Amino acid sequence: MSIRERLSGNEATAFAMKQINPDVVAAFPITPSTEIPQYFSTYVDNGEVDTEFVAVESEHSAMSACIGAEAAGARAMTATSANGLEYMWEMVQIASSMRLPIVMALVNRAISGPLNIHSDHSDAMGVRDSGWIMLFSETNQEAYDNMLMAHRIAEHKNVNLPLMVCQDGFITSHSIENIELLETEEVRKFIGTYKPEHYLLDRKNPIAMGPMDLQSYLFEHKRQQWEAMKNAKQVILDVSKEFEKLTGRKYELFEEYKMEDADYVIVCMNSTAGTVKNVIDKLRKEGIKAGLIKIRVFRPFPGEEIAKALLKAKAIAILDKTPLLSETGGPLYEDITSAMYTQKINIPAINYSYGIGGRDVTEMQIESVYKDLQELKEMEKPYRFLGLRSK
Amino acid sequence: MYNVKEIVANKPSRFSAGHRMCAGCGAPPVARMILRAVKPEDHVVISNATGCMEVSTCIYPYTSWTDSYIHTAFECTAATASGAEAAYKALKKQGKIPENEDTKFICFGGDGGTYDIGIQALSGAMERGHDMTYVCYDNGAYMNTGIQRSSATPQFADTTTSPAGTVIPGKMQVRKDLTEIMASHHLPYVAQTAAYLNFKDLYEKAEKAIYTKGAKFLNVLAPCPRGWGYPTEDLMKLNKLAVDTCYWPLYEVKDGVYHITYKPAKKLPVEEFLKPQKRFKHMFKPGNEWMIEKFQEEVDKRWNELLAKEEMTNKSK
Repeated sequence: MSIRERLSGNEATAFAMKQINPDVVAAFPITPSTEIPQYFSTYVDNGEVDTEFVAVESEHSAMSACIGAEAAGARAMTATSANGLEYMWEMVQIASSMRLPIVMALVNRAISGPLNIHSDHSDAMGVRDSGWIMLFSETNQEAYDNMLMAHRIAEHKNVNLPLMVCQDGFITSHSIENIELLETEEVRKFIGTYKPEHYLLDRKNPIAMGPMDLQSYLFEHKRQQWEAMKNAKQVILDVSKEFEKLTGRKYELFEEYKMEDADYVIVCMNSTAGTVKNVIDKLRKEGIKAGLIKIRVFRPFPGEEIAKALLKAKAIAILDKTPLLSETGGPLYEDITSAMYTQKINIPAINYSYGIGGRDVTEMQIESVYKDLQELKEMEKPYRFLGLRSK
Repeated sequence: MYNVKEIVANKPSRFSAGHRMCAGCGAPPVARMILRAVKPEDHVVISNATGCMEVSTCIYPYTSWTDSYIHTAFECTAATASGAEAAYKALKKQGKIPENEDTKFICFGGDGGTYDIGIQALSGAMERGHDMTYVCYDNGAYMNTGIQRSSATPQFADTTTSPAGTVIPGKMQVRKDLTEIMASHHLPYVAQTAAYLNFKDLYEKAEKAIYTKGAKFLNVLAPCPRGWGYPTEDLMKLNKLAVDTCYWPLYEVKDGVYHITYKPAKKLPVEEFLKPQKRFKHMFKPGNEWMIEKFQEEVDKRWNELLAKEEMTNKSK
């Protein structure tokens, strides 16, 4: 039985965590994810979960405590944003190298400086190659659903990698939407209990974790991490299928919207996809064959699959919600064009940096992108700004 | 009654031989003796900061530790242990760990990982009251990276980032008093100790710390033959001189009450501690007498403060 509710993205995330009932949550407040540990500590203090809440003194310690807890044999979770994620950066890499399936809610926000508390994806992009599985969420519902699938994916024996569920700060984290929730019993049955193979608290089989790993071994260990990340793709698909059976909500590596015959395609992530879908519906009425690819699984990156989905397009716009500080485009653009190159696909693809620091993303802006695509003949001016006051 | 022979005979070492720490290093005997204070039936989760002890005792695929061991990074030993301890509490509460099985959480960090880069995580974990014992093995510099000054480095010491130059004669600042900072956290048990008097002081304090509930802190002197510049066989002599000159007083703070656990019958002049160490060699050059005087003043000041604290806290008990 599903429960119809109205929740913000942060509430939905905290509620998912309550239903998951992790053993340890360690978090430090930072806007716009602060509400998650706030709601969660209320569950703890009212005895609604079995969790030990560790109110750490920093994000660095939040991730360190999650590592300690997960290594000890427990399920550990955290939530953060922007500078908080940057501050835990060192530990983010250590978590994945120790193959600990920690789950994090990342409420995407612009990283400093200058200081800004609003949404873009510069925080997530800073950890994109740190060995974490990264799921992105367009809506509160998706943030909730991704969170419920997170442990099944991360803890799979072929994976054992940490996972972060991303959503846009304020745009979804603080906006209240209708949402369908599962019964807590169903959630717990779906997720099951955590049974790690090796853990610190196993007194019969003591283990040393995090050793000095020198020239003879580190390379092979890194290769194993790469294999695990590759394995994650099938596990994500399998878990999503099972989740669909339970809820009727279908999730894949990415969502294709009106892609069957699309000439002009936008690729983006998170909440912008909703705006793009509205514009597509409007353009379709005018006879313009617009389409969207919304990436859900950003790591492991489904490059081959995305490139193949783009095969029939005439022109592609890749939207990066990160400041353009590179001469070769934003991270999403680099990943997709690289995948297209290896698949020998040569379609004009341009890159837009947009929505930086919470700049509003309007339907007009998205329409202008589709207009640009219709006028695009060759690859020209590949690096562009969208919604910038001065050109 | 404490009997070192009985302890060594009856309590097997939890820290194996074959580790790669230097001969004459003060840290391994400290770690081994602290772990001997754990009851044989209890399990330990050790959290170790990056540093000499970590890089020489857990080189993949080997380990010197017979208990469970985790190293994550330099500055977050206490935070890592706090997570493991929280996990233990949660699992025990849920009945996933038998009631009668005890696990103890012990952190080891050098002065770099404790006084400096790790002080935030340490302070946070101690304030949160996790049931764990943090052990700082203080060798007074960043020895693992090649003897750079730390906030635990004594004044005037010659290190690779505070060299005894012709204009600036070594480290100009006095050392941070971390034991006092930890006492100010109002923890159930804080102690300063060293491997002295057949390890009696160290063993007894370790036992008290490990078997007192809550967050505990031990600051243990751990001479370093490379950084201090002494022949390896002089390790125990250096420990003794540090204590007998009152450079490194042995004391404990239990629920706020100070107790100096060893008062030397004859407080030796601090030169006796400084002289055998190459890092203080320049202090003995003609014209540098003022440095020794200044060092002595600082030692006396701190010792007198400690005596006063002992008197005051016992009076108001």
